Amino acid sequence: MPKSLKTNTDVSQGVRDFLKHLLESGKVKGVLALKKMDGSGAASYAFMTSAKELAEAEPLAPLMPANAGKILSELTLKEAFGEPVAAFLRPCELRAFTELLKRLQGSRENVLLISPTCGGVFPLKFLADGSAKEKVPAYQQAARKGKNAEGLRAACRACTDFIPCQADITVAFAGGADSDSSCRLFLETPRGEEFARGAPGTFGEEKLETRELAGLREERAAQKAALFQDIGKAIQGPSALARTFSACLGCHGCSHVCPICHCLLCVFDSKMHDSQPEGFDSELERKGGTRIPAGTLFFHIGRMTHMAVSCVQCGMCSDVCPVDIPVTEVFSLVGDSLQKVLEYVPGRDVEEPVPSGTYKEDEFAQVGEQ
Amino acid sequence: MTDDFEPRIIGFLCNWCSYTGADLAGVSREKIPTSFHVIRVMCSGRIDPLFVLRAYLKGADGVMAMGCHPGDCHYLKGNYNARRRFVMLEQIFKTLGLDSTRIGLWWVSASEGKKYARVTTEFSAETKKKGPNPIQKEIFI
Repeated sequence: MPKSLKTNTDVSQGVRDFLKHLLESGKVKGVLALKKMDGSGAASYAFMTSAKELAEAEPLAPLMPANAGKILSELTLKEAFGEPVAAFLRPCELRAFTELLKRLQGSRENVLLISPTCGGVFPLKFLADGSAKEKVPAYQQAARKGKNAEGLRAACRACTDFIPCQADITVAFAGGADSDSSCRLFLETPRGEEFARGAPGTFGEEKLETRELAGLREERAAQKAALFQDIGKAIQGPSALARTFSACLGCHGCSHVCPICHCLLCVFDSKMHDSQPEGFDSELERKGGTRIPAGTLFFHIGRMTHMAVSCVQCGMCSDVCPVDIPVTEVFSLVGDSLQKVLEYVPGRDVEEPVPSGTYKEDEFAQVGEQ
Repeated sequence: MTDDFEPRIIGFLCNWCSYTGADLAGVSREKIPTSFHVIRVMCSGRIDPLFVLRAYLKGADGVMAMGCHPGDCHYLKGNYNARRRFVMLEQIFKTLGLDSTRIGLWWVSASEGKKYARVTTEFSAETKKKGPNPIQKEIFI
């Protein structure tokens, strides 16, 4: 039975108290977590080094203004943290960070990773229109019951990977039936145990799995199957693909917010695949016309060849698309199909190499021998 | 699909095996398709999936990648990478409803002039049956 630390407060306050203890006891020098911005329910990721700022932390706010795995990677890219810090990441953000670590984009050293069983997040438009705050009670209630709240990101509604992989401490949020009066932290690793030592609360041994969590898993699996079926049908073939991406402006916002897309100069932002007008000659000869700027599908399908195998379905891409293209749906469908063929789960294990960077000498024997 | 449709096929051939094999086919007067454009790369591991994707999206009716047999790569391991990359690109095509049989990877060694002639002729004939790449009809891609 896993070791647990329980306090008799609601889970949000319990997490805040635990982070406060870590900072005030000197165990960590800083905390990366969502922080309240004003009274509207808006929150943003902040790196907090004082108890005063940490008092405004809202780690379980149902918002993802950026993928925290990407943020953590950027913070540790040049060098690891020199002193212990705590980081509160959602399971998908943690898996994204793991995928980035595999690509040598950061360091896990000195980072205490804390992650909740995830109830999902709301689209960023609720951050913009100030309605996030009023949605929170219903959101928390749904999470306790192991149900999807109304209005979540499509990616979250269909997420079956809502239990953290390789976190140091897991917070029982979704599926925690009494999380309005109890905060349970599960100490998953020796590091987690070490940092929790001396923290207020009762140590014990409890089960993370609950009836509500199992119910949530079922609901999410059904949503995922439906989502994949719908988007799968909508993108079959050149015409359907052209139609789905027809509104694309080429802003590359999706790539900019994607945690896996880390390249300093993306090949699709470079001049490598641009064509001078004469490069279109043969196309114009055949087709009589071509979209300018060209390469919409080339960008999207090309980006899939680069990152879809590591797609963690966080939903940032669809959320930031200014013309509401279902980027997450398409990319996670393709990602899922690649992951099945290669028997890979992104973020499952930091020691497991990214499939596109490795090979086995004996595999796919049917290829090439026609 | 008319009788005078000649499929335009782009071939990415590795220098050491398949390009030499193609050369052997030529020298041996083997019959090979006329509308077949060869691009030499030093190793099949150099073939970026984006090359294949770009050729396909620009309207190529078929794209062939060729390399040394597994275990015989001139650079030892490049073709293993090519194999994985092809498998991933093929799966992406399948999921998106793009005709994954319009792209392919073949192992052709330097001595396999006859195999080169056979696979290019067969692939060309199959592609001819399918007709022109439907992506050619799309302006907004």
